[in-house]
Amino acid sequence: MAELNIKERQAGDVTILDLSGKITIGEGSVALRSAIRRLLSEGKKKILLNLGGVSYVDSSGIGELVSSYTAVNKEGGQLKLLNLTQKIQDLLAITKLLTVFDVYEDEATALESFS
Amino acid sequence: MIHKTTQLSLPSRLETVERVAAVANDIAARCGFDADAIFGIELAVREAVSNAVLHGNREDETKPVEVSFTDSGANLTIIIRDHGAGFDPAEVPDPTRAENLLNPSGRGLLFIRTFMDEVAWMRHPGGGMVVRMVKRRPR
Repeated sequence: MAELNIKERQAGDVTILDLSGKITIGEGSVALRSAIRRLLSEGKKKILLNLGGVSYVDSSGIGELVSSYTAVNKEGGQLKLLNLTQKIQDLLAITKLLTVFDVYEDEATALESFS
Repeated sequence: MIHKTTQLSLPSRLETVERVAAVANDIAARCGFDADAIFGIELAVREAVSNAVLHGNREDETKPVEVSFTDSGANLTIIIRDHGAGFDPAEVPDPTRAENLLNPSGRGLLFIRTFMDEVAWMRHPGGGMVVRMVKRRPR
């Protein structure tokens, strides 16, 4: 079974990735990296990561979120986060990354923020 | 007081991280830690074993990662040893400094220090690096 499942949806020009499972060292981090690279290669540069179904993240997973963010920014796009679990929010607070990411609790508000 | 120790010696590959994390989770639960503490113990173990596999042993499968969990009643002590060249934790850049915030890696030691009550890194006299981590049981 894949560590991380990624389902893609489109809302206007925003691509939403619904993530479920683990973003941890190895398969989970690689799956996220591949998905972001593919979206960028398809010209999809407005990306909302829905982390509501993510059960576990380690430092590799946090690093992959940062890499995704910088890769999308470099292409002139935007990557935002939706539905952080309490644990992910704690890890982003510890690493001071809550100041870096645009974080939303509500999908409609997150989508509006891209326009 | 009887000390219960579980010891593992596993090959240096990424699957080892998942395996030791599962053992850490089981042992922490058996020791009676609450869900938040179990999460933190598992995360610290994941980070320490990842470091041992990737940075210490550089995924050389001939070099084992050795792990011990000792439940002393008051504390759970976890010791992880690799057979690599070793490193100085004081030299690892602070990932929370503004200039390091967007680094893709370098947050593992921060998580270990955050979630464990005591942490010490030392060089093993027989070679390699040892990290000793302690989580105290709430009274």
